[in-house]
Amino acid sequence: MLDLTYEMPKPKTIAGAKHDWELVIGMEVHAQVSSNAKLFSGASTKFGAEPNSNVAFVDAAMPGMLPVINEFCVEQAVRTGLGLKADINLKSAFDRKNYFYPDLPQGYQISQLYHPIVGEGEVLVEMGDGTARMVRIERIHMEQDAGKSIHDMDPHMSFVDLNRTGVCLMEIVSRPDIRGPEEAAAYIAKLRQIMRYLGTCDGNMQNGNLRADVNVSICMPGAYEKYQETQDFSHLGTRCEIKNMNSMRFIQQAIEVEARRQIAIVEAGGKVEQETRLYDPDKGETRSMRSKEEAHDYRYFPDPDLLPLEIEQAWVDDIAAHLPELPDDKKARFISEFGLTDYDASVLTAEVESAAYFEEVAQGRNGKLAANWVINELFGRLKKEDHDITDSPVSPAQLGGIIDLISSDAISGKIAKDLFEIVYTEGGDPAQIVEDRGMKQVTDTGAIEAALDEIIAANPAQVEKAKVNPKLAGWFVGQVMKATGGKANPKAVNDLVSKKLSS
Amino acid sequence: MSIDQSTAAKVAKLARIKVEDDALPALASEFNTILGFIEQLNEVDVDGVEPMVSVTPMRLKRRKDEVTDGNQQDKVLANAPDAREGFFAVPKVVE
Repeated sequence: MLDLTYEMPKPKTIAGAKHDWELVIGMEVHAQVSSNAKLFSGASTKFGAEPNSNVAFVDAAMPGMLPVINEFCVEQAVRTGLGLKADINLKSAFDRKNYFYPDLPQGYQISQLYHPIVGEGEVLVEMGDGTARMVRIERIHMEQDAGKSIHDMDPHMSFVDLNRTGVCLMEIVSRPDIRGPEEAAAYIAKLRQIMRYLGTCDGNMQNGNLRADVNVSICMPGAYEKYQETQDFSHLGTRCEIKNMNSMRFIQQAIEVEARRQIAIVEAGGKVEQETRLYDPDKGETRSMRSKEEAHDYRYFPDPDLLPLEIEQAWVDDIAAHLPELPDDKKARFISEFGLTDYDASVLTAEVESAAYFEEVAQGRNGKLAANWVINELFGRLKKEDHDITDSPVSPAQLGGIIDLISSDAISGKIAKDLFEIVYTEGGDPAQIVEDRGMKQVTDTGAIEAALDEIIAANPAQVEKAKVNPKLAGWFVGQVMKATGGKANPKAVNDLVSKKLSS
Repeated sequence: MSIDQSTAAKVAKLARIKVEDDALPALASEFNTILGFIEQLNEVDVDGVEPMVSVTPMRLKRRKDEVTDGNQQDKVLANAPDAREGFFAVPKVVE
């Protein structure tokens, strides 16, 4: 279906003392599964509730409570895997990852280390300049989210809210195929887009529903190609993991800052130590979380409370059969079906809601014209007032109505913009508004001619000048438009003006 | 594999179990007895044998995606040594 071909982007390089350095990045993206209830309990996943109100005894790890898996969360993980063209494992299993922290009352997180539900897949990450990177997915597993600790409400105490505890996360693990900060951001944006199309994660980074751990290492030019050939990690530098970031901007900054830190170490003759680090956006630096190193001795073992998760191929096939159209396919179809440019198709398919809106407008109409109106007029206007496509005051039917009036030459392009403004602020049926307010384009050449004759008669000097210099004809066109309140058909006016002036 | 006292102390710390120094030798020795037994089990050839996870053939029980629980802040917090404004209050933990 998709036959768009892309060049590979160049890796980001940072100049060193003797030679350039390249970046190698792998990411672990944590995406909160969209579901009503938690992964192993019947408590709500709703954001922003009273503290500790969305908590079942399972989530609070009361003695004797047993986890029972939410089948829909499994379905969502499978759907995400299918959307990333990944292998689905019909048999997966849950393990306990042991560590102590106040927002993890069980003392362990239920995760899938040894047998994840989703295996290898891939994501095409377009960079917007005609290049795209294919990023391989290593695996996706399901796991429980932890609670939330608040440290700034009291000088001596931390406050813990377990509402988030036990909500289902998908951890999407990439191979180290990402080669720069911009690619990292584009990769997350693409994952977000795909999951929003699938309805498996709302992608809200601000609420922490999508966050990432980023593994960064540096290498000399040429070393990465050797790694790709052999899949031997020894060609790459030692990586550091920057934990838990939920802002595209900070992710990019952190990668750059961390790469520069590693370059400085290596060029001074030192060695990068493999460790987890935190990015501090205020100071613009990453710093070691060595204090937590001991807590990272997770002592994984299979969770004895949960049998292996076995799913049936027929069930997976059924989910696959009902997958919505994915962004890449939709974009390719918009290009072939509506004749859109690559850029316009990207803009329109960025959000699933925008794509649906456009398609409703474009149905049975000129696709390019529809794209222009949706992107330039509607998006521009919405952005001005910080509105979203989902709360657009102009419905697809209304915008379609405006476009119909343009296509049938009932109104000029200029009047159409006025009409759009009226519909946007006051609402109403575009055709009716045009009728009621006399906005119809004058295509009646008689009326245009009468107006033009009047102007010619009143401005003999201008006529003489225009006859010598045809460029001045524009002045007459402008005068006619003015005289007709902008309603004259510009083409008809142009034709008449040049006819009259040359005679 | 043999467990020495410092490994025993580390395991205790990871599990947040307080063990006095003079109890460590006995603990390390107990660990070694357990591991000895496991080594004995390891002698059995289980190549190609699928691990048994249940004595009866059972399918993992599933639940529907329905909210059936929660809204019991008072009960959830009832055992907390300290709770304020609906939160568990714990000694400050900050990285």
